[in-house]
Amino acid sequence: MTKAEKILAKASKKDKVEAGDIIIADIDIAMTHDLTGPLAVESFEKIGTGKVWDPSKIVIPFDHQVPADSLDSANNHILMREFVRSQKIENFYDVKQGVCHQILPELGHVLPGTVIVGADSHTCTHGALGAFATGIGSTDMAMVFATGKLWFKVPETIRFNITGELASNVSAKDVILHILGETGADGATYKACEYAGETVEKMSISDRMVLSNMAIEMGGKTGMVESDEKTYQYLEGRVKGGKSTINRLKAEQKRFITDLESPSLEIRDIDVDELEPLLSCPHNVDNVKPASEVDVEIDQVFLGSCTNGRIEDLRDAARILKGETIADSTRMLVIPASRETYMKALDEGLIKIFVEAGALVSAPCCGPCLGGHTGIIGPGETSLSTSNRNFKGRQGSPEGEVYLCSAKVAAKSAIEGRISVPEL
Amino acid sequence: MMEGKVWKFGDDIDTDIILPGRYLIYTDEERLSQHCMEGLDSEFPNKVDNGDFIVAGKNFGCGSSREHAPIAIKGCGIRAVIAESFARIFYRNSTNVGLTLIEAPGISQYVKEGDKIQIDMDTGVIIAGENRIEFKKLPPFMMGILEEGGLINYLKKNPNIEPQ
Repeated sequence: MTKAEKILAKASKKDKVEAGDIIIADIDIAMTHDLTGPLAVESFEKIGTGKVWDPSKIVIPFDHQVPADSLDSANNHILMREFVRSQKIENFYDVKQGVCHQILPELGHVLPGTVIVGADSHTCTHGALGAFATGIGSTDMAMVFATGKLWFKVPETIRFNITGELASNVSAKDVILHILGETGADGATYKACEYAGETVEKMSISDRMVLSNMAIEMGGKTGMVESDEKTYQYLEGRVKGGKSTINRLKAEQKRFITDLESPSLEIRDIDVDELEPLLSCPHNVDNVKPASEVDVEIDQVFLGSCTNGRIEDLRDAARILKGETIADSTRMLVIPASRETYMKALDEGLIKIFVEAGALVSAPCCGPCLGGHTGIIGPGETSLSTSNRNFKGRQGSPEGEVYLCSAKVAAKSAIEGRISVPEL
Repeated sequence: MMEGKVWKFGDDIDTDIILPGRYLIYTDEERLSQHCMEGLDSEFPNKVDNGDFIVAGKNFGCGSSREHAPIAIKGCGIRAVIAESFARIFYRNSTNVGLTLIEAPGISQYVKEGDKIQIDMDTGVIIAGENRIEFKKLPPFMMGILEEGGLINYLKKNPNIEPQ
């Protein structure tokens, strides 16, 4: 069996499942936020069970419209806070905490071998820690709230076996953009993606989260990495139960490793030795080109999001921006993905570097990624963004254009006022 | 047998086109439907007649998990979406809110915008002029959900469902 099959077999209390089977899985963690939450709550109330199945397994962060920027979003927040209060939801993170896919791992809600569903498509991010994590809609979430269960079709798996050394101006973002360009926007539809190989083994948890985060951009149901020592180090001090939980997870680690001879497994080899900084060009994520071949003036740079708003991204950008000035024609918005990230960036002096260079730094939230809150772009404007989608109208006007890139390319381009590649 | 007029779209129609992110603050069908397809055509909701169909290429509904997208399509009167293929989360969400989706590979080549077509869900056939395009019929469980207008209503009538 593959990793996905093994986790879903455990969650459905079966010895064996295979791709194509329809199973009902017990859910370990269910997450919904301030934008998809209201619909889920409305549907849940229509089901009429009264109480949620387990208030300790539901996580509700506010991250999309924070702080509330309109009466409608204020009303959504009120509705969700009331749901949290009346249902005694134990894991509620109000406007101060950060982006859902960053804070779930940070606050110890993501464990290897578990099943996590989120009413947000980038829930696949949590596979970076070895969970089976997938995005669902609000009605499915209402079902989970009521029963703690959800039906799944067991997916086939594409395992990307990644080898080679990344050049100093290349990032995990370029690796996943390369994979996306090769696979296409629907190349992994209904399938689990797995990232393995020496390059992934050497990657930090943050970098692995970049790969997992964008599995959905090729249609993937989840994006997973085998848990290892780095995973357990990351989990230390974060998970409930401390050492004894970590020891239990280590003991069962082998239980979820993909058997390479599984019939539902396809292995694709990816060599990143020659990889250069890449861009995803308007208006599709799989429209991938070398950044060196695109010369475009940019109006706005966004450094942040659940893809690239982590401390490692801020460090990458600060290294390039230190002592430099952002071009007059360009505005740059920096949004740390979480409070933890923000505090680290403050401690390390990164925030000062950004502000001195002329960037705007905002409190943790999703920001302009989905064009619903701050930093919306207007007609004819071009955004260069470290986020995950560049669909037409994604960051505001349908007449605007969005390019996606790494934190390194974002920082260099902000200084130049046009898409630029940092030197090696 | 359903009959209606076709509104045609291409490949990879994402949920930001179907319902831009700035409208996710709404949850009611009427307000959401006023912005359906705004990413490509802000007049779309005004042009659609009740019972019309969308015909699209591959990977319809890719992107976000927002259930607001199928709610908006259903709310502006679209009876069914027929596409070469659908994105996974959108497919589940649409069924759950009672929007009929039909996967019919090759459909784009048989119809153009404004064509009147007929769909027979019982036999799994689309009639487009001279052409008869067959599609895989939906299982009774899914037909039941669609007939009840969505999963929640269906569950109220069938509390002990198990997936087939």
